[in-house]
Amino acid sequence: MSLALLKEHYTNKNIIMSTKNWPLWEVFVRSKNGLEHRHFGSLHAADAEMALENARDVYTRRNEGVSIWVVESKDITASNPEHNGELFEPAQDKVYRHPTFYDLPDDVKYM
Amino acid sequence: MSEEQIKNLEKQFEERIARDEKIEPKDWMPDKYRQTHIRQMSQHAHSEIVGMLPEGNWISRAPTLRRKVALLAKVQDEAGHGLYLYSACETLGISRDALYEQLHSGKAKYSSIFNYPTVTWADMGAVGWLVDGAAIINQVPLCSTSFGPYARAMVRVCKEESFHQRQGYEIMLKLTQGTPEQIDMAQDALNRWWWPSLMMLGPTDAESVHTEQSMKWKLKRKSNDDLRQQFIDQTVPQAELIGLTIPDPDLKWNEERGSYDFGEINWDEFWQVVKGHGPMNKERMKARIDAWEGGEWVRDAAMAHAEKKAERKIKQAI
Ligand SMILES: [Fe+2]
Ligand SMILES: [Fe+2]
Repeated sequence: MSLALLKEHYTNKNIIMSTKNWPLWEVFVRSKNGLEHRHFGSLHAADAEMALENARDVYTRRNEGVSIWVVESKDITASNPEHNGELFEPAQDKVYRHPTFYDLPDDVKYM
Repeated sequence: MSEEQIKNLEKQFEERIARDEKIEPKDWMPDKYRQTHIRQMSQHAHSEIVGMLPEGNWISRAPTLRRKVALLAKVQDEAGHGLYLYSACETLGISRDALYEQLHSGKAKYSSIFNYPTVTWADMGAVGWLVDGAAIINQVPLCSTSFGPYARAMVRVCKEESFHQRQGYEIMLKLTQGTPEQIDMAQDALNRWWWPSLMMLGPTDAESVHTEQSMKWKLKRKSNDDLRQQFIDQTVPQAELIGLTIPDPDLKWNEERGSYDFGEINWDEFWQVVKGHGPMNKERMKARIDAWEGGEWVRDAAMAHAEKKAERKIKQAI
């Protein structure tokens, strides 16, 4: 088949394709006990079990993990960076939450 | 948003990148930044995926078990690289299916190097040594690119690439220690892969579009010609070490520049392959599309099974 024909074949196929796409999952991996799970990336899978198996193959081929969490991406609620001001700025002027805010004599010990 | 406001946002955006701040998927970004990143990351992902084909060709014929497990692991890594990059790309709001469609319809490009055939076992050596070698040179600077998901994917990719190049060089090394036929085979592979590998680092600076913008966004840190020079300077001594000859009569050490001078690259060949007239363009696309279409019933069955399982769970709960 020529490339042009192949293309046409593919495009036609695409129109009638009724396939349901595998959903997207976010993958979190604990690299070793004592550390938290960290976001490693995402992948597609039909269900949670398959997402775990795929995550094993995609993200831990070199002993990068001892535990994996997967969660469907659509179930994550994320803050909007446009609201970063109202969300995070209030913490900026609360210097009294930090130990250096307090004036103590230099020779005070164990504090 | 008014034009004025957009200008302002764009200015702030460029300043963030200049300060080495990372851009994350949900941050505001100029549309051009989004489109350029979708294009570059998806091309990169497609290259990893199509790149499995020339090497996959030799897995069943690897000469020893040691070589076979190494090649299998390398090809599996390339699949992983494709997947990291596709998912980084998807954070910009394009679906995996749309990305595949762009590849299969020929709208999206992948690295032209994979349109050359792998005809002998020595090609597995040359590809690992030269093609992965050139890829590393392209990819290392991208570990500090401005788009967070791309940079993180590249850090993982670069960590894994080093074994790819070393296993390839080891194949070449072993062949050059072998029979005269094996030595010839290694030299022949170098002869065929040398020039396409140089082309892999992209058109000359004079011919290359959107370099300035890419530099600003840290999609590029060095020009194509600088990367190519780096590759040549690095690779020539490696060839000498195992007694192979670089197939370039004009290759000469330039004391003054502290670099190798090299011969003219056949850019006509490069553009021909980019345009689809390389020796393997049709076969690669056919193999890729066949794999995708042949796997359709498996994907559908997995989805149907998952849905059935979910339904059963709900029924049990009631
Ligand atoms: Fe790769
Ligand atoms: Fe590689």
